[in-house]
Amino acid sequence: MDFGPFLFLATLEGLVQAAVLCLTALGLSLVFGVMRVVNVAHGEFYMLGAVIAWWVTSIVGIHPAVGFAAALAIAPLAVGAIAFAGERLILKRLDYNPEATIVATIGMLYVIQQMALLFFGPDPRPVEAPFYFRIQFPWFGYSGYKLIVVAAAIAILLIAWFVIAKTRIGLVMRATQFDGDTAQAFGIPVNRVYASVFAVGAMFAAVAAVLIVPIRQAHYLMGLDPLLLSFIVVILGGLGSIRGTIVAAILIGLSDGIISVFFSPTLAKMASTLLVALVLVFRPQGLFGREEL
Amino acid sequence: MSGADRTKAVLLLCAVIAVLFVLQFLLPEYHHLSMTRIMVLAVFAMGYNVLFGYTGLLSLGHAMFFAAGLYAAGLTVYHLEWSVPLAFATGVAAGAVSSLVIGVVALRTTGVSFMIVTMMFAQVAYLATLYFTTYTRGDEGLVLPTAARSFDVFGVAVDLTNPVVRYNIALALLAATIAIIYKVVHSETGRALIAIRENEPRTQMLGYNTFAIKLKALVISGTLSAASGAAYVLLFAYVGSTFATIQYSIDALLYTLLGGAGTLLGPLAGALMMFYVIDIASEYTVAYLLIAGLVLIVLVLFFQKGVLGTIRERWIRWLP
Amino acid sequence: MAAVTLLETKDLSRSFGGLHAVSNVDFALGEGEVRAIIGPNGAGKTTFVNLLSGRLRPSSGTVTFEGSDISGLPAFERVRRGIAYTFQITSIYPNLPTLENVMIAAQGGGHKDAGASIAERAGQALASVGLQDRAGETAGEMAYGHQRLLEVAMGLALDPTLLILDEPTQGLSDSEIEDFCGLVKEIANKATVLLIEHNMPVVMQLADRITVLNFGEILAEGTPEDIRADRQVQAAYLGS
Repeated sequence: MDFGPFLFLATLEGLVQAAVLCLTALGLSLVFGVMRVVNVAHGEFYMLGAVIAWWVTSIVGIHPAVGFAAALAIAPLAVGAIAFAGERLILKRLDYNPEATIVATIGMLYVIQQMALLFFGPDPRPVEAPFYFRIQFPWFGYSGYKLIVVAAAIAILLIAWFVIAKTRIGLVMRATQFDGDTAQAFGIPVNRVYASVFAVGAMFAAVAAVLIVPIRQAHYLMGLDPLLLSFIVVILGGLGSIRGTIVAAILIGLSDGIISVFFSPTLAKMASTLLVALVLVFRPQGLFGREEL
Repeated sequence: MSGADRTKAVLLLCAVIAVLFVLQFLLPEYHHLSMTRIMVLAVFAMGYNVLFGYTGLLSLGHAMFFAAGLYAAGLTVYHLEWSVPLAFATGVAAGAVSSLVIGVVALRTTGVSFMIVTMMFAQVAYLATLYFTTYTRGDEGLVLPTAARSFDVFGVAVDLTNPVVRYNIALALLAATIAIIYKVVHSETGRALIAIRENEPRTQMLGYNTFAIKLKALVISGTLSAASGAAYVLLFAYVGSTFATIQYSIDALLYTLLGGAGTLLGPLAGALMMFYVIDIASEYTVAYLLIAGLVLIVLVLFFQKGVLGTIRERWIRWLP
Repeated sequence: MAAVTLLETKDLSRSFGGLHAVSNVDFALGEGEVRAIIGPNGAGKTTFVNLLSGRLRPSSGTVTFEGSDISGLPAFERVRRGIAYTFQITSIYPNLPTLENVMIAAQGGGHKDAGASIAERAGQALASVGLQDRAGETAGEMAYGHQRLLEVAMGLALDPTLLILDEPTQGLSDSEIEDFCGLVKEIANKATVLLIEHNMPVVMQLADRITVLNFGEILAEGTPEDIRADRQVQAAYLGS
């Protein structure tokens, strides 16, 4: 294949990566933005989403599309419920102390991951795509489902943007993010907002995983990569900034996809991880954020 | 701490070392080997504790210092055929240099940012062990040849394949580490470390260059961790990428939290308990790390002072 | 009071975004003086002393101490040179024993009194505020008034040339304030004192001279009598 088409293919792969990363990182960013909690277990919610999707589709065996639709509804809800419970039982009791919550979410990471190993086993499991069609470009055919993933991610992001920017739910969230104490004084049930935000953050990761699981298989260790990538994205975009997160996700998703095609993926990961560490040290407001007072 | 309390503390430390010495004659073979490993890992956790327990800085990347010692010592023996003492010194030096460099950069951040930055640097180090697979053989790792594991010290032949030799070298390293940390903690540096842990802005306004002191703590901490890594590869003859994973960083945190952060013997107690809990659990299930997760959550929720920290608070105020 | 100038600022300014918290302040403090800085809320008092102590960097201008320019020095260096700062909001080591609090200070200061050990100097500082009987108590468990005194003892243990007291009487009872004034007078025998204070009777009783800040600028300066008579100052305080 010539360079041009090859780059085009790499860009398409990058787009899929970016779409999924956008959703996952948005969840992490939302939780950090509103609660100031760094959720190290975020990748495990992603993994749970994929695993539950496999489980649902393997039970609902009528037609792949029916199973997938059921998974798309059930997996995020189940993951959200688990996250909600974790928030109530653990994070709330720590009074959201930043360092204690990180240690606790590391614990949650192990617990969720190992539970998945216990009940789901160590083998990767495939999930059938809801439909098959190929889009034929002049140089190669490309999976239509992958493009649907990109479209679905965009649709979900638009809905999320609408909810956050235009509805009362969004207003309550932003008020809580801005100043929890004042929000509480104005009658906003800050506690419930926190639990809900934590659950919604996890649901974003779960949805991303359900979308991607027909392309990659479900596996109990699959959470680590999206976790690190989401960290990278959230830090580059500026901690807690949703717009920055999305811009960074597209940038990292695309460049990761493209670089991985041409160079060693390990080298690409090393470079981006190092970049992120340095950004956090020398430009803590992120590459796209503005300096605060 | 009064003079009498200090005497009691030193006596206790000596007693612990004496018990460990006697233990080697009583333990069956399997536990003899386990104890050797535990002592080496305890040195890693004790190094971690200098930074976390005494200075109050929570690093999530200490595996990179452990791995720095491990790889520096292991690769020089394997590829350059350096002698064991020289390789050990190289491992320790690698820890000192890497912690100095990482510290100068990472200590510009505090709190959560420091945790993430150290984690990210450690991840880069881990990926590096995979990337330079020509030298490291990545995940698969390298086994040191038996011939490279014996050496002469002043005419005395030392054979690291001998379990008795290994046990006593590990014990000597542990004893030296305890002595070093005791000395540091009871010096003016130790007072400054604790001051920073308790109230950093105030410490700055009392004339302390807190950045320089934190850097010193990180270098001591990283160097001890690297010494543990170097000892590990030389004693057990294997080096691989697993030792650089975040799992090892979290193990150091886990041992320290469980035993009691900011207590001298806490990391040893934590390493001992966790090692055996995991060892026993792994006989029954593949998901033995579940225990590590649960222990972390329970500690942070109900038991933040750890075992020895709680004992010190409730009963024995002079506990070192 | 035409003594040697100990500390001097020239054109000292600091702005936050568009807000000029301190602008173009020329200020001189003589050795051995007790100087009070007063001014309405938001006048820039705290920003000004933070510029002196090095907790903040100036946007422009210089700070000179004992004849050398210290504008670029970090806070801890200034402390070692003899500028001690006690916090407005009590900032001690609540989990450590009282004596250990003062020992940390005695070890940190740069003015090493040749011969006296850290423990001796800490003991003296603790005794001079009258807390010697509480040396073994956990600092955070003492009464608030005692914590304020500990804060001052930590300043004294640094053996400072200049002691900056930021709102030292805030939250103290009347009788505690009276004792405190006696303490400051004693300290003034050995060190220059810069006092940021709201409580006007305390200021009038202690200060040799008073500097009034308003909107980040020096509004007036003079003896307590001068300031009491100053119409501009009265206007600023009445908010007209």
